[in-house]
Amino acid sequence: MAEAANELRDAEARFDQRIKRDERVEPKDWMPDGYRRTLIRQISQHAHSEVIGMQPEGSWITRAPSLKRKLILLAKVQDEGGHGLYLYSAAETLGASRDEMIDALQEGRAKYSSIFNYPALTWADIGAIGWLVDSAAIVNQIPLQRCSYGPYARAMVRICKEESFHQRQGYDIMLTLARGTAAQKAMAQDALDRWWWPTLMMFGPPDAESVHTSQSFAWKIKRHSNDELRQKFIDQAVPQAEVLGLAIPDPDLAWDEASGHYRIGPIDWDEFQRVVAGDGPCNRQRLAHHRRVREDGAWVREAVEAHAAKARARGARVGVEGAPDAAV
Amino acid sequence: MPLFEVFVRPRRGLQHQHAGSLRAEDAELALQYAREIYTRRREGVSLWVVRSSDITASQEDDAPAFFDPADDKPYRDATYYALPKEVKGL
Ligand SMILES: [Fe+2]
Ligand SMILES: [Fe+2]
Ligand SMILES: [Fe+2]
Repeated sequence: MAEAANELRDAEARFDQRIKRDERVEPKDWMPDGYRRTLIRQISQHAHSEVIGMQPEGSWITRAPSLKRKLILLAKVQDEGGHGLYLYSAAETLGASRDEMIDALQEGRAKYSSIFNYPALTWADIGAIGWLVDSAAIVNQIPLQRCSYGPYARAMVRICKEESFHQRQGYDIMLTLARGTAAQKAMAQDALDRWWWPTLMMFGPPDAESVHTSQSFAWKIKRHSNDELRQKFIDQAVPQAEVLGLAIPDPDLAWDEASGHYRIGPIDWDEFQRVVAGDGPCNRQRLAHHRRVREDGAWVREAVEAHAAKARARGARVGVEGAPDAAV
Repeated sequence: MPLFEVFVRPRRGLQHQHAGSLRAEDAELALQYAREIYTRRREGVSLWVVRSSDITASQEDDAPAFFDPADDKPYRDATYYALPKEVKGL
């Protein structure tokens, strides 16, 4: 009994040291239950966001204005699906099960980023999403590359590399529209008007009101506060909008010489709370679509499983036959 | 005697990387041998050994066809998009 208690104390001390020395925690290391639970919640919700995020953009694949834009959008949406898979796999290293994570999403026990509950109404929205939403995601994700949990940090390195293409293609769409006809420029402005505030909400509630933050800081899961990250995004995006010749929809927006930052007007946190609670423009539609696709695809998963079972019964190996280089 | 592939994690935080292979009577011994063969100079902080026969690999010969779908998609790279010089932070 005393021995077990000692062992636990040693394991805890090793974990604390590791965090303190800024080393990564790996799947087989001992970790506190709360650390594991916090990571499973955060990583799975991040994964859900990537996957649900495919919907607003996916709805424009068949309506893209040219074959080139269609190929680009297809590649972008495919990347988001890939990001979801990197992240579900990282959560699985903590013992989470894929089915349980998906059930939690579909039953509304797990959240995803509230931004994806807004509709993509015009082609310019595809530009605004890539430019603003993916930029905000990058600002959030860059510090996560140094998150204390190794598999999550490494997934973020891959993801950030791919996100830079997303952001650029979005800005490229905005630039093309902003330099186009008056109607195209108006469409770009309208998209910026609708996406600006919801994008600022992506960073989460203001620091003064944010829950579960301090423990995440202590565990080095989180390294910057919501307000710090939001400010970083604003400082980047405002000059980018100027280059586009578009106006940020905020009459209070002002450059503050003393702090070297842009200051913004008040964010409508009631709207944020409503959308998070399930009452955004598309919440029901997003989950209904996810459920339908999961059901429609069930036969594929069953067929693959049946094929693998049959191959096992025949004693054959499934997939590509081939041994690694040295195996002769 | 079965062949094992050896993977070394050079430092905490990095992923395991393939270092080479060796023959051993079983996985436990493979781990011992791998330590002697591949990590005599503090090359790593963690070792994995995997039976080579458990690895399914793509065929080098088929690589052009296998990876072909990625070749004609330069638009997947950020550098494909020209930006005005004055844009910062993208
Ligand atoms: Fe993504
Ligand atoms: Fe993301
Ligand atoms: Fe993205």
